[in-house]
Amino acid sequence: MAGEKLETVEIVKEKDESPNIKNLGDFWNFLKKELIPRGNIGTPFNVISLPIMLLGYVFIVLRLAYGLGKPVTNLNQEYPWGLWIGFDVVTGVAFAGGAYVLCFIVYVLRAEKYHPIIRATVLNGFLAYLFYAGAIVLDIGRWWNIYNPMVGNNFGVNAVMFLVAWHFFLYMIAALIEFSPTIAEWLGMKRLRKILGAMTLGAVIFGITLSTLHQSGLGALMMMAKSKIHPLWFTEFIPILYFVSSIFAGLSLVIFEGSISHKVFGPQIDEEHHKSYDDIVIGLARICAVAMFGYFFLKAILLVHEHALPYLNSTMGFWYLFEVIGFVLVPCFMFVSGAQQKNLSTIKFAAILTMLGIILNRLNYTFIAYNWFVPLSEKYWPAPMELIITASIILTEIWAFRWMVNRMPVLRKPPAWAIEKH
Amino acid sequence: MDRRNFLKIIGSGVAGAATGNLLTPGRTLAKEGTSAKELYGILVDTTRCIGCRRCELGCAEVNGLPIPDISESKNENLLKTIRKTSDAQYTIINRYETEKGTIFVPKRCMHCNQPGCVAACLVKAMRKRPSGHVTWDLNCIGCRLCMISCPFDIPKFEYNKAMPRIQKCNLCYDRYNNGVLPACVEVCPTQALMFGSRRQILDEGKRRIAANPDKYIEHIYGEYEVGGTSHLYISSVPFEQIGFRKDLGTVAYPEYSTGFLYAVPFIFVLWPIVMLGMNRATKKSKEDEGHHEEKGKH
Repeated sequence: MAGEKLETVEIVKEKDESPNIKNLGDFWNFLKKELIPRGNIGTPFNVISLPIMLLGYVFIVLRLAYGLGKPVTNLNQEYPWGLWIGFDVVTGVAFAGGAYVLCFIVYVLRAEKYHPIIRATVLNGFLAYLFYAGAIVLDIGRWWNIYNPMVGNNFGVNAVMFLVAWHFFLYMIAALIEFSPTIAEWLGMKRLRKILGAMTLGAVIFGITLSTLHQSGLGALMMMAKSKIHPLWFTEFIPILYFVSSIFAGLSLVIFEGSISHKVFGPQIDEEHHKSYDDIVIGLARICAVAMFGYFFLKAILLVHEHALPYLNSTMGFWYLFEVIGFVLVPCFMFVSGAQQKNLSTIKFAAILTMLGIILNRLNYTFIAYNWFVPLSEKYWPAPMELIITASIILTEIWAFRWMVNRMPVLRKPPAWAIEKH
Repeated sequence: MDRRNFLKIIGSGVAGAATGNLLTPGRTLAKEGTSAKELYGILVDTTRCIGCRRCELGCAEVNGLPIPDISESKNENLLKTIRKTSDAQYTIINRYETEKGTIFVPKRCMHCNQPGCVAACLVKAMRKRPSGHVTWDLNCIGCRLCMISCPFDIPKFEYNKAMPRIQKCNLCYDRYNNGVLPACVEVCPTQALMFGSRRQILDEGKRRIAANPDKYIEHIYGEYEVGGTSHLYISSVPFEQIGFRKDLGTVAYPEYSTGFLYAVPFIFVLWPIVMLGMNRATKKSKEDEGHHEEKGKH
């Protein structure tokens, strides 16, 4: 009797770990079960975020009904691009850069030390693209034509925007393939897991190539705004600056997101990972510091190269120095000292400063240093609805991230059957 | 490199070709226009314009825009401020007080020889027609990069419509195809506007300057600016005094993005090869691998 009982318990345990999905009906039932919220629903985060999200969705309907202008956004003829492109898309994609940088370190250079954080980072990158692509749909005036760059016969093949659009699209597929083994493990599909796992290196290399091009491509979009962007910011090397800054922007977000994830999802993380985590953050801080110093050095050279030095002694000049010293050089040194003294709070603070600096930098290109000569009274400021829709998109992304982390082996160890050699 | 990896790399190359400019980097669509024999445009003689705003009226009537009030009392008030074209006005007239008295300047799309807006457009909604007209089409997705890429701030967006359009002067392309003059040229009472091929109007501009060297300054705005435009201006005072930017340079705007476009095929071909090489180079030898079984986390 006792032996029988033990056996059934074992079987139940195995079933718990990986569902046995044979057909669409099974999958549907499993998904329905997984969609049910888990744990305490009335957390402070939920109570605050849900109303903002719902309000944002209402405003999205308003935007579709009344068009892009007032009252939803403050965009005007002088400032065609505002918060949605400048922050949601351009800054968001820079923050998602952590995925390609870490994939390069882990899969191409095989630095196993960073393996424990790769899944969360790739998931974050993928969701960022998914939701920021969603933000593009809102910002595009004639959104019902959005398939035109993909389907049809009117391709502007040599337009920078055409490349960026395609690279966004292809990168989302690459990032999904990179993450897909985790989904297969969640669904308990062993054969599929094996096939998808074999595709990882290809997807990673393809993904890094695409990232290099569209991270810099976002900068190349601004090249023809030569007469509008302040000479301190405009240089023919904008694409390279965007690419280099996406490295430390992405890694700073990885540090920031990791420090929150480790608190929120702490119980899911095994002892071994917890121990190695500090070492990982210190390593990331070192990479950030090197990339930031390179970026700062490039900025300094360009300042001389573009004959922009005289502009430093002006309001825009002080604003430029505020950005480059306060949010690049200072956090760069903080990363160095944080890594040397193994002080994680310094590193986390530096990561936050760096992220603010990236936001500042991208917004400078889209509407602050863009048309800088326009008098202050006519300048663009984000409208309240714009801000709430942006907050709503970010919060929805966090909800999706939380849902997936709680159900899939993102931070916790994958099921025993998925162990494989590299 | 084994066969599977080789195929993976080939796969990314194919996808690269699918993404566009692999074979023709830098040959922006804006360049197609310059291959045409004759680009058509308008010569604006600012010394002849009397600021009657009849061109604004004619333009609005032909293009279905709100009809402006061009009575003299209205004009007197309106011309006090410097205006810009808008989503409801393809052409406007501004008044400037200069050392040579009052000068009126009509403003509209410059119909650049190599337009930034055309090079920026990812769906060929903005096109440089072989006849020189820069036109906009309904397949536009509304990304508004044309507005950002225009050195003259000409394309305007209908922010207050659920189904918005980009609005700008198209040099009356439909009328041109029917052999009729642009509306503004037709209604101008003082012949301040002259329609013709770029060669003709450039010659005429030079002839007028040569015939009246005291009246005109020796500069045709648009002859070399941003690589040349099909809309040309001659004036009695330096152009910066009548609202023109002199800092735009003579480089055609699409050229600014070609540097990046040239880098695309190189990165697309070289990056995967370099990375695969790095991946192979960092691979542990077979003896090591036997001992080291990676745990799950992939």
